[in-house]
Amino acid sequence: MKLNDEEKDILAGKVGPVPQQALQHQIKVGEFFGAEDLVPVTQAHLMADTESLGEAGVRWLEGLVAATEGQRRVRIATITDPRGTDFANAEWLGQTSAMLDLERRAISAFEALGVAMTNTCINYQTIQAPTRNEHVAFGDTGVVIYSNSVCGARSNFEGGPSALAAGLTGRTPRYGFHLPEKRRATLRIDVDFTPTSLNGWGALGGVIGRIAGNYWAVPVIEGIEGAPKSDQLKHFGASMASFGSIALFHLAGLTPEAGQLSDVAKPGLPSLRVTKADVDALQRSYHTDDAVDVVVFSAPQLSLYELSDLAGLCDGRRFTVPLLAVTSPQVKPDADRMGYTSRIEAAGGSVLSGMCFYQSYAREISEANGWKRLATNSAKLVNILGGYGYRPMLASMETCVDAAVSGKLART
Amino acid sequence: MSSRIFRARHAMGSTVRGPALVANDGFSARYDLDRIKGVFSRPAHKLVGQSYVGKILVLDTAKGGVATAWMLHEMKSRGIVPLALVFNSVNPILAQGAALGDVSMLAGFDEDITAAIPNGAEVEVNPGEGVIKVVG
Repeated sequence: MKLNDEEKDILAGKVGPVPQQALQHQIKVGEFFGAEDLVPVTQAHLMADTESLGEAGVRWLEGLVAATEGQRRVRIATITDPRGTDFANAEWLGQTSAMLDLERRAISAFEALGVAMTNTCINYQTIQAPTRNEHVAFGDTGVVIYSNSVCGARSNFEGGPSALAAGLTGRTPRYGFHLPEKRRATLRIDVDFTPTSLNGWGALGGVIGRIAGNYWAVPVIEGIEGAPKSDQLKHFGASMASFGSIALFHLAGLTPEAGQLSDVAKPGLPSLRVTKADVDALQRSYHTDDAVDVVVFSAPQLSLYELSDLAGLCDGRRFTVPLLAVTSPQVKPDADRMGYTSRIEAAGGSVLSGMCFYQSYAREISEANGWKRLATNSAKLVNILGGYGYRPMLASMETCVDAAVSGKLART
Repeated sequence: MSSRIFRARHAMGSTVRGPALVANDGFSARYDLDRIKGVFSRPAHKLVGQSYVGKILVLDTAKGGVATAWMLHEMKSRGIVPLALVFNSVNPILAQGAALGDVSMLAGFDEDITAAIPNGAEVEVNPGEGVIKVVG
């Protein structure tokens, strides 16, 4: 890879061993993908829950912190994805003191590195959305696909080590979606309906993700009517990224790079049709039981509008199974202040903050609480939780709330 | 038995040799694995119930989220890790995870590598030369 003088100095260790190690990692990854050089980035978003890090990852971070003060701080805005716990609710969730101790060590290390503990996977709604053509190094696939597709920013999936490396060097290898030619559509998807519910948008994203199939695929979608809302595209993108490892989609006539189809698609690009029946089939395929042990709204974290809707559905209800709603530390105080939290809690639900259900020792939580049959309106969550021993089921927010009351998930 | 050699466009790591565990399916450390037991755990995965420990995983493509970037490093620290990853295509997360965890990896072949390598075959992964060889 071509390096400028500043990068050569970093690689030579002239600004310390931590940035040097970060750049070595970036070069290893960049050369694997044939990157010619590095591109400056303005923000990094770091996925680093302790379930993923483990003891080994936390020790690795603490090893970075052991470097000389002044030579180990991030040089651009570097923020975090959800953590592995909400300390205020950890005990009843069944999380152990060992998990919390590891979490505290990780937080301490990140803070010493200059990382801002935002603990959110909806930073594009709550912290600062990137702008068109802004090069960033974002982790969390849902953050990347939204930022690339809806904002027109430029990011690859940056896992925790690479996002941290980008924070420490202020740059990232220039490959993949940093390159204009990689952002053009590789397939056309023609949909014959426009979802209205969040689970519907998520299921549509899941169907398209399965079809597109791998990271380098870029679907351009035609046939969407009206202007989708941020929460709808949040679920759509997060699910597409989860089911297909997709990092960028275009909506013809809607998203910034696809004012017209021809802006992103060459003539003759093959087109596939996706129908409402395909989306309904995906949702039905997860409906494997009628009874429910727990209801979870998470993945991505809920916006203030989603919590407002949920509070409205909780009024006058009394839950017989646990209902968890997970949001960001930025949204939670507003939800408290506006009374949404208390209305959800009055029905027997819980509002958690700064974590995400699947990033918080989901397997151990399942075993501690006897939760197997889980209802959610998140298509991303149902795609993930099967591997954690759950039987996840996908339904609308309304149907999930009804299930929290009756213990039964209605078939639709 | 004469060796068969397949060349990859992307390569990382050091030479390793071991049994191939092959399926035409995706891979995510978070979605697909019980990382404590060292087996594939997602019910829908074609390798469900099978141990990946010490195997050279030959799969189609990377799936899912960003956690694999940390998880390979964590799995390596406990010795509950694949010996190498050989994929038709990978995403950045898998490459980043292999770089941090020091797991050998090949990706990008002219043929479907999951059809070319027999399940259970003894194979050698040589990232320096960018090849995987069936040796037994």
